[in-house]
This record gives sequence, C-alpha cells and structure tokens, in this order.
Amino acid sequence: MTEIAPGWELTVGLEVHCELQSATKLFCGCANAFGQTPNTNVCPVCLGLPGSLPVLNRTAVEFAMRIGLALNCHVEPSIFHRKNYFYPDMPKDYQVSQYDEPINLDGYIELPSGTRVGIERAHLEEDTGKTSHMGGGGRIHDADYSLVDYNRAGVPLVEIVSRPDITSPEDARAYVSELRSILVATGASDGRMEEGSLRVDANVSVRRSGTTELGTRCEVKNMNSLRSLGRAIEYEAARQIELLEDGGRVVQETRHWNENTGTTSSMRSKEEAFDYRYFPEPDLVSIAPSAEWVTAVREALPPMPSERRGKLLAAVRSASPDVDEHAIADQIVTVVDLGIDALVVAAIAAGADGRLALARGANEAASRPEDARALKVESFVELLHLESSGKLSATQAKSVLAAILESGATPAEAIAKLGFEGVDDAALAVIVDGIIGANPQEWQRFVEGDEKVAQFLLGQVMKQTKGQANGRVVAELLALRKGA
Amino acid sequence: MTAEFTPEEVRYVAALARLALTEEEVASYATQLTSVLGHIDTIRALDLEGVAPTSHAFALENVFREDEVIEGLDRDEVLAQAPAAEDGRFRVPSILGEAP
Ligand SMILES: [Zn+2]
Repeated sequence: MTEIAPGWELTVGLEVHCELQSATKLFCGCANAFGQTPNTNVCPVCLGLPGSLPVLNRTAVEFAMRIGLALNCHVEPSIFHRKNYFYPDMPKDYQVSQYDEPINLDGYIELPSGTRVGIERAHLEEDTGKTSHMGGGGRIHDADYSLVDYNRAGVPLVEIVSRPDITSPEDARAYVSELRSILVATGASDGRMEEGSLRVDANVSVRRSGTTELGTRCEVKNMNSLRSLGRAIEYEAARQIELLEDGGRVVQETRHWNENTGTTSSMRSKEEAFDYRYFPEPDLVSIAPSAEWVTAVREALPPMPSERRGKLLAAVRSASPDVDEHAIADQIVTVVDLGIDALVVAAIAAGADGRLALARGANEAASRPEDARALKVESFVELLHLESSGKLSATQAKSVLAAILESGATPAEAIAKLGFEGVDDAALAVIVDGIIGANPQEWQRFVEGDEKVAQFLLGQVMKQTKGQANGRVVAELLALRKGA
Repeated sequence: MTAEFTPEEVRYVAALARLALTEEEVASYATQLTSVLGHIDTIRALDLEGVAPTSHAFALENVFREDEVIEGLDRDEVLAQAPAAEDGRFRVPSILGEAP
C-alpha cells in the first residue's frame, strides 16, 4: 500500500449521487429538468400534500438496473424505506430511499490503472429540493431565511456506495472519472458534475502504516469537480494526520469542503445525532425484477468504456506499432468519453494513420463531439490521407476538419472554400532558400546543431506561406540543405 | 414480559417529531405506547418458524407508471398556499445545522 505521508496510509470510500435522465420524477409525472423556473415542476406528490400517493417510474427502475449491471452488481428484489428528518428541502419531512434491501448489491469497477474498487451497493432514492440561504452572505449559519425550490424534489437518483478500497487522491479521482464514463455509457445519466447531476461525498480516514484497523472517518461534502475532490481528500488526510501526531483524536463528523480556502470545516449541528427512524414505505410495493427483465437489460447494455478503450488502443497500435501508449492514454480516454471512438476505429480500419486519426479525434473532433459522431467515415479518412501524404499541412488539416464538422461539407469542398490549394514542393524549396539567405546567423546555428533555431526557421517559412506549407516537407528541405 | 415505553423515550420521540408535550401528555403517551408494544408481544408469542418477514400486508409487487410527463400545479396557486413566498420560491425560517 502506498503512503499518503511518511508512516501514514489513507483509506477512502466514496458515495456518488447520480441523477437519472428519465423524463419524469421518481414517484410522479412532473418533468425532470434542470435549470427551469423555480417551482414550475411540482404536483401534490412531490410537494407532499396530504392524500397524495406515489407511483414508481418504470424507466427509473430500469436505469437503476442498467447502472447496477454495468457496475457488475447483482440486481436484487428491493423495497423502499422512509428516512425521516425535518429539513425544508423535503416537504414530506421524509425522503423515500432504499435502506437494507437495495436494488443493486456487490459489484466493482476496474480503473484504467488496473486497480479494482468494490461497489457495496447502488440504490434508488429521490432527490431533495434546493434551498438558497438568504442574508448573511449566503452562509448557512448566518442566513436570515431560506428560499426553497421543489423542482428537484423527487428527481430519481442512484446512490453508488464504494467499498473503502481507495488509497490515494489519484485513485479517488480515477474512480469517479471511470464511474462517470460508465454512467454516461449506460445512458442513465449525463454525468455532469458541475451541474450537480453527479455529486460526490468522500469518507476519509488515516491510519499508521502497517496497522489493519481503520481510523475514525470524516465525511467530506461539497466537491463539485474531480480536481476539488482530490484537493479535499489531500487536505482532510493532512488535517487528520496532524491532529493524530499531536496526540489528538479524530471526531467522526461531516465536514464541508470550501473551494476558495482549500480547507474542510465542521458542519457542526446544534441538534443531537440524526435518528432517521427508517421504516418500510407503506405506499409503495416491492420491486422484484424478473430474470427475463434483468437479462434483457443486461443484453441491451452498450459496450462499457474499458472495453471500448481496449478496442481503440488495439486499433491504433495495429496501424502505428511504434506508438508510445503512455503518451496517448489521455487521448484514448477523451475519444471514448465523447463517443468518437467508433469513428476513429472505423477510419483506422479504412487505412488511416493510427496516431493521426486518434490525435484529430481527441482534439478537433472532440471540440464538436456531436458533429463528429455524425461525420461520414469516408470524409474523415480522406482528410487524414491528405494530411499524412503531405498534401495538407497540419494547420490546414485542422481547419478543414473543423469546417467539415461545422458545415457537413466534403473535404474537397472545404479545401476549395478555404483556398487551401497547398504550396507545391518546388515553390516551397524556393521560399526555404530565401529564408536561409535572409537569416545567415540563424542558419549557421542550425547547421551547428541548434535544434531550437529550427523552430524559428520553420516559423519564418510558415509566415511567408500564411501557414499553408507542410511542416514536415519544410523540415525535410532544411535537413537536405544542411546536409548539402 | 411486556417492554415498557419510558417517559424519556416519549420525550425523545416527541423531540424528533417536533412535538411539544406537557408532563401529563408524556405520562399518558408512555402508557398508551407501552400497550402498543404489548400488541407486538402478542405477535412475538406466535410460532413464526418458516414465515418470511414482510414489509407489506398485500401480495403485490412491481407496480409501475410509464415515464410520461403530466402537467403539474400552477406555481402561483401553489405558493399562495404557503405561509410565505418570495421570488417564486417558498420562504422558510433559516435552519441551523446541516442538511441531513
Ligand atoms: Zn410532482
């Protein structure tokens, strides 16, 4: 096990709340939509009005099963419980959740590094409304009053609880990143952390290296990006280690991550410990998916990101055997995440340069993923051929790709429109000789082996050709002149 | 061996439910809730070997609705029912402490 600090090991378990992309809420027909006018998607059920009764959304159940199966869980017969508490974000004064009989149990995620993180459970529950604290600078403790919007109350969530198998901030980030990709691949979630459709709480504890008993943990909330998740875990681990090394002890509590100060602080409550008095929800019957339903959901699952990354890497490697796998790892993740892998794999199968297809996929195509997913493979292949054969410079190829993604034109049409007729090699040779003549000192340094000055000479040629020269041809010409 | 519902337990449960009880009410509820526990004892006395626990009284499962939007309530009408509203939202007293 790696140490987080000399003599200390870190243990992290993550709870991820994921909003499902169903059209309606979990127990009523109100629209499930983000960013709408407050309190416009409300009804007697999600407002908790007396006499209203919940009816379970079949699609939300199926989405939860998709997630569970994608996370290698077992789908189990399950029931709902009421979690009782008084807080204005739930007008019923209880949240309907799953307690000791959740729909999905006991799975795992394999991270790109090969580390396996266990999944304890992935259960269904309803989201709460959104409270805004007014006055006191928006701080909860100093607020004069709060305003509540119930559009989000009752939106279906799946809460995914990991086992405490995570031992570094990097693995925590990798876990959430992989989980996000899986959730998006299932179609059950849009995976947007910044919009709050994916929310992560971290249970953090430390212990002396070599000991087996877990330390007292704190639950850290309010991280809204992968970066803040890593920072919050690092800070919290360091805080606990300092406390323990000074002879103190960690108090089990919930702590709030503050992005601006880069610290966690206790969300001390005046009330005694919460006692949720869970009991089975009498208004909802149990969910018992048939074996046929589970099989149908499993078989309808698209290939998961890990499998698609493997396929994409194999395709790139077969076309470009000397590729540095470490260097292209991020490009592979990006292309799969954005669903452009099918295009890139097809282009490589049609004879395109592997590394080039991946690079254009992870950069230009990635900036317009929807257009890229709709792009004709032939157009992409044609463009890649034009670049790899030197008929288009890298700069030109990027512009042409951006243009065909935007307009749906063929590469030939885009080239004509952009005026990229290319600079023929003979004309280029004349320009290169002119640049050499005009910059004798720089040329001398280049001849003596100063590689930095090569960029300068190349830049001069590009300037004169308005970026239309092929960089590789220029480099070849320069090397030829140098050797002569 | 009927378990007793003590006055302390009554006060604890009342506090969780945000109920303010007088001492007379505490004493009265302690007696009543103790008799409710007595009913549980009656069930406990039965031979339930081989009877699976159940969370519901009826043999129903998989009751679903299709994922189709149904128009909800008019916002102004809804907010008019609340003691206070502001800016299209319900206005509530500030709550100290964390959201659970
Ligand atoms: Zn509703």
